[in-house]
Amino acid sequence: MYPDNFYYTKDHEWVRIEGDKGTIGITDFAQKQLGDVVYVELPAVGTNLEFHQTIGVVESVKAVSDVYSPVSGEVVAVNTELNDSPELLNEDPHGKGWMIQIKIRDDSELQKLMTVEEYEKFLEGLEE
Amino acid sequence: MKRTRLNLTHKKLGAKMIEFFDWEMPVEYSGLIQEHMAVRTKAGLFDVSHMGEILITGKDALDFVQYLTPNNAARLTPGKVQYSALTTPEGTFVDDLLVYCLEENIYFLVVNASNSDKDYEWILSHKNGFDVKVENQSSCYSQIAFQGPLAFGILKPLTEVNLEQMNSFTSNWGHVAGEEALISRTGYTGEDGFEIYTLSQNPEKIWNVILEQGKEDGILPVGLGARDTLRLEATLMLYGNDIDETTTVLEAGLGWIVKFKKGDFLGRDVLLRQKEEGIERKIVGFEMIERGIPRPHYPVFIGDEKISQVTSGTFSPYLKKGIGLTYLPIEYTEIGTMIDIGIRDKKIKTQVVPLPFYKRIKE
Repeated sequence: MYPDNFYYTKDHEWVRIEGDKGTIGITDFAQKQLGDVVYVELPAVGTNLEFHQTIGVVESVKAVSDVYSPVSGEVVAVNTELNDSPELLNEDPHGKGWMIQIKIRDDSELQKLMTVEEYEKFLEGLEE
Repeated sequence: MKRTRLNLTHKKLGAKMIEFFDWEMPVEYSGLIQEHMAVRTKAGLFDVSHMGEILITGKDALDFVQYLTPNNAARLTPGKVQYSALTTPEGTFVDDLLVYCLEENIYFLVVNASNSDKDYEWILSHKNGFDVKVENQSSCYSQIAFQGPLAFGILKPLTEVNLEQMNSFTSNWGHVAGEEALISRTGYTGEDGFEIYTLSQNPEKIWNVILEQGKEDGILPVGLGARDTLRLEATLMLYGNDIDETTTVLEAGLGWIVKFKKGDFLGRDVLLRQKEEGIERKIVGFEMIERGIPRPHYPVFIGDEKISQVTSGTFSPYLKKGIGLTYLPIEYTEIGTMIDIGIRDKKIKTQVVPLPFYKRIKE
């Protein structure tokens, strides 16, 4: 279910690392909690994000949820497809529903994040 | 937390449950948008047993209902239903409600879950001088709403009641799936449909039999989430959002439930004065022109001036855009007026549109 090469946060974001780039999205758990996503607000390319800074907003019919950056860095790409097809966040949260890509500034921050094993254990704790 | 008799049925269906005014209720089952569209195109089944029921009986029952509510209850013959309100002396809402005339001098009031205790106390506190008996039967009844264009055809074989002869806003006692029930051709979705009240200890029989009967047609159980988006598209007021003790019946655009000629009722003087002098503000609907979803309490701007706030707002699954309601000073209520909604740190353009947002095409 949850890819084993991602890092995860307690706020249910994920980041996939390729070289010095990190692709960021929200987890399957997060999209299930939200329900049908109908609106996504993303930062502009070039925005500098601090660790845990708000990168955008995801709204379902009923709920508004902030999304935080799992790592600091500069936004180098955003998934503009989400403007017209926000449902991608429900359909493929770990793939086509990616939100932004950033150039990672400090990869030591990754140590603050959870591995897939840790995240799955964290989710089990939430469900109890 | 209070639970309806269908609580376990919802959990078995995998519903996401939430707390709603001290009730544990299903907010969605298969997904809000899917459930919403099922009601618009097929049919959907709702557990709304949290709604309150108050019975007024006795020699003065009609006079008492006439005094408490602005609509003309004298027009109700047994089996007829009307939308009305419990009004304060200021012409504002204690609650909005349905008034059923079950028999001569027997009136059944269906009120909001969040208000049922308050309404009961309010009614009791005004009964002096009226020969009536008032009973809060809220915990006795289960209520199942079955709404959508296919509801009629699916329900028909499950009851001996002749549904063909039931017009909109009428009710009839009978059985559904073998359980005794009051069947009412009313609803809160903008679609044709029924609300089924039962004292049965096994309301899940009604629920399960309807779901089974409509399975091939693709009907769905529907949660409170879609109930809210459906009622907002149809521009049916929600107490606590769009109407409350600070908004008058006329300001809420519900002048059609105020019958001044019927005689005295609570709030009549204020409402009559408002009618003669004209109201200063009125509820309006708006649609987003730019991307964004309005939510309750978001600020409403005309130019730089914050003049109001959103009372109800959502993404409309049917219209696929943001819609909402707000009260505006009367000079800004014309269709086409541009207003801005403050969403986070931005002002998003919207315009005043005709209400309702959605109206079904009647056959």
